[in-house]
Amino acid sequence: MPNGAMQNVAQLWVYLSASPLLWLFATLAAYAIADRISAATNRHPLANPVLLATVPLAALLALTHTPYTTYFAGAQFVHFMLGPATVALAVPLAAEWGRVKRLAVPITIALFAGSLTAIFSAVGIAWALGAPHAVLASLAPKSVTTPIAMGIASMIGGLPSLTATLVVVTGILTAVIAGPLSRLLRMKDHAAHGFASGLAGHGIATASAYHDSRIAGIFAGLALALNGVLTSILAPLVMKLWS
Amino acid sequence: MLPAFAVLLAFQLIGESLARILHLGIPGPVIGLCLLAAACIVNHRLRDFTQKAAHPIISTLSLLFLPAAVGVVQFLPLLQSQGLALGVAIVVSTALTLAVTALVFRFVVHRMHLEERE
Repeated sequence: MPNGAMQNVAQLWVYLSASPLLWLFATLAAYAIADRISAATNRHPLANPVLLATVPLAALLALTHTPYTTYFAGAQFVHFMLGPATVALAVPLAAEWGRVKRLAVPITIALFAGSLTAIFSAVGIAWALGAPHAVLASLAPKSVTTPIAMGIASMIGGLPSLTATLVVVTGILTAVIAGPLSRLLRMKDHAAHGFASGLAGHGIATASAYHDSRIAGIFAGLALALNGVLTSILAPLVMKLWS
Repeated sequence: MLPAFAVLLAFQLIGESLARILHLGIPGPVIGLCLLAAACIVNHRLRDFTQKAAHPIISTLSLLFLPAAVGVVQFLPLLQSQGLALGVAIVVSTALTLAVTALVFRFVVHRMHLEERE
């Protein structure tokens, strides 16, 4: 390539890599490819679309030395949609309200059992392995959706940015292991499988529960909302035991 | 679809406002979810109308977590100092939470004879 053309390409890259357009496109393209692969493997748990799309995107940012803030200037349009998407979970939930009402007792008991298990087991294991108090407090709300979890963490002496990281890791892990674990437990009840997924792994696991079945997704969305509220009450109480 | 999307935004807006005014410690979208669910249970026309935006947005839910997940990758090296404790805690706790929740749910359904008769 002649020198002038090289320079033009370099200039174009400087322009594009700083514009929201490139990174918005990269996010959508990575997702489209990841979702294709996930569908082609018949939604194999390890071919989770969030996991499959995150790895190449993060590698691309590292290779091109693109700061996260530059990436986020484009990706924020996708990120913004999380709010309305959370609200949208209400619609299929309302459509199945009869079933939810009929299962109100198992929902309530499983909610308390799961929420306490999530907090106690995470904090207890990390404590036994010698993690300091700030790390325990950051870990306590790991199963609930990021904004709630960060709010809880800052209230009980945790580090909100560490919590945000742990929440996403927990969500992806839940999405990956929920299906195989349900098969291991011979769990054929889509409501129970979905409810456990949403309770343990918030929105990321809810998204993958919707791939398993509509009912699993609806109960995951219900668990996400209920456990978000319950954990914000229980986590501060549980952490009092460790102070 | 766009008018239906505006309904979702309206409920998020109400949720955000209530969260701030009442200092609930619960994010606006979660409050919006509860309010919209209540509204859609009462009003089936609203439910069918918002369905037009809710369905497509839920079907791409995984996509919406990518920006946060990419951000998290930048923070992963910071986990090294407590990596083992955090890794074991998350893996064991997640598996335990999933199993306890699903099994308790099933157990209560079984005890109360709530199984579906379809």
